[in-house]
Amino acid sequence: MTVTFSASSLDQLMPMHLLVGPDFRIRRAGPSIQKICGERDLIGQPFTRVFDLRRPRSVDALFAAEQKDATRLHLALHHEPDTPLKGQVVQLQGGRILINLSFGISVVEAVARFGLTIEDFAVTDLAIEMLYLVEANAAVTAELRQMNQRLQGAKIAAQEQAFTDTLTGLKNRRAMEHVLGRLIGSGREFALMHLDLDYFKRVNDTLGHAAGDHVLQRVAEILVSCSRKTDTIVRFGGDEFVLVFDGLTDTKRLEALARRLIGKLEEPMTFAGRSCRISGSIGITLSRFYETPQIDAMLHDADMALYESKNRGRACVSWAMGQGQETLQRTG
Amino acid sequence: MHGLVNRSIQSFVSDTYGGGLWASVASECGVSLDGFEAMLHYDDQVTHDLLDAIGARLDKGRDMLLEDLGTYLVSNHNLEALRRLLRFGGVTFLDFLHSLEELNGRASLALPDLDMPQLSLLETGPSTFRLTCRWGFPGAGALMSGILRGMADDYGALVLLEGGVPDADGTCVLKIELLDSRFSEGRQFDLAVPTG
Repeated sequence: MTVTFSASSLDQLMPMHLLVGPDFRIRRAGPSIQKICGERDLIGQPFTRVFDLRRPRSVDALFAAEQKDATRLHLALHHEPDTPLKGQVVQLQGGRILINLSFGISVVEAVARFGLTIEDFAVTDLAIEMLYLVEANAAVTAELRQMNQRLQGAKIAAQEQAFTDTLTGLKNRRAMEHVLGRLIGSGREFALMHLDLDYFKRVNDTLGHAAGDHVLQRVAEILVSCSRKTDTIVRFGGDEFVLVFDGLTDTKRLEALARRLIGKLEEPMTFAGRSCRISGSIGITLSRFYETPQIDAMLHDADMALYESKNRGRACVSWAMGQGQETLQRTG
Repeated sequence: MHGLVNRSIQSFVSDTYGGGLWASVASECGVSLDGFEAMLHYDDQVTHDLLDAIGARLDKGRDMLLEDLGTYLVSNHNLEALRRLLRFGGVTFLDFLHSLEELNGRASLALPDLDMPQLSLLETGPSTFRLTCRWGFPGAGALMSGILRGMADDYGALVLLEGGVPDADGTCVLKIELLDSRFSEGRQFDLAVPTG
């Protein structure tokens, strides 16, 4: 069957078509392909002078394809090598070929570069839908990016206000203040134990910070394993820890607990095949030593007791007697 | 309701009537001053409360408010993106009218979770049309009236619009008469995204 239609119908259906004669010269060009070539009139030009044929490489191959057979082709304008075009070629009577071109994925750049409008595309061409999608997608992505930035800011703020020490998973100082405030406010009795690691600096200096971090995490595990769910274990900073024992004020039991802790800390820990040895010094105070317990005073007294332990040669447990008493009861 | 709709209402109030009005409406509705995230979802009731509060302050009925919102959405220069996306619908206002039936499909390509009004266009004469608007949220007809008015100006077309009364399930029919598709210059539209 042969279908005949006018040149203007061809222009509408395929605004990017080329009709090439057996002499390889362009006989007709669709309005859009003519538009992207600018001032230069395509009619009569040798095909290969205008286009850089990339697939197939030779223009002969375009004409060699069997009748009815359609061949894919890739090409670019010589003066616009960065805008690749793709197309299809069919054989016509009289040794002529009809090529229909499209921008493919390069359509986004092409509309900007050549100032194309909706009318430059065939109605059935999905180029406009694609441009629409690209733009809609960019708008949505921009909106999401902004939202992510806002969420990122909120996340940082939330982390700053969080109650957890990120390295060890223990409570942090802010959490400790809440817990102590609540215990004091409700008039409950409790023990406050201040632990400072011994020889930790040596691990950090000789084996590096990764080893140090590993030790701190291991210490956290030991502290958790030696305490009850109702107790609060705090990484107070660096290699200092505070343990709050709710309702536990028996000095003998606390003393034994402190010694067991030190014993566990002294067991060698291995990091990357190397042995890390630490110990701990402890100072303890009790809420009942104070008429009106105050967080700062209790922390200060436990800290003083801790330094007493350090002065006594480390790995010791010392007691603060509270109420600003200078004397420290020495045990062990 | 999709956050994009609530966010649009927020921009409409702040851009048109000022941040002060937005602040008081937000506080009345229990919405944070920062307003809505365009990519999240909110309960429909929030949107109802918001529109009621704005309407009360401006002494405007719901329909008039939604119509103003529609026009604002396509004519405000801060929201160029939406107007551009609609202009992809076609070269002339007539093309645009016919592209409205695709609007839902287009929107869900970009935002699959955005519930847009369902639109269907019926040609009733050489230049007269009936646009049927269905939406889960009441007021689609008024909103679309505003959008059509704004887009007619954008295309430079002279159009007569007559809004109908929504039926029981909220479906609303708009009568459209295209008097002159080249009444004025309209606004320039380039396929390429303007840079700078």
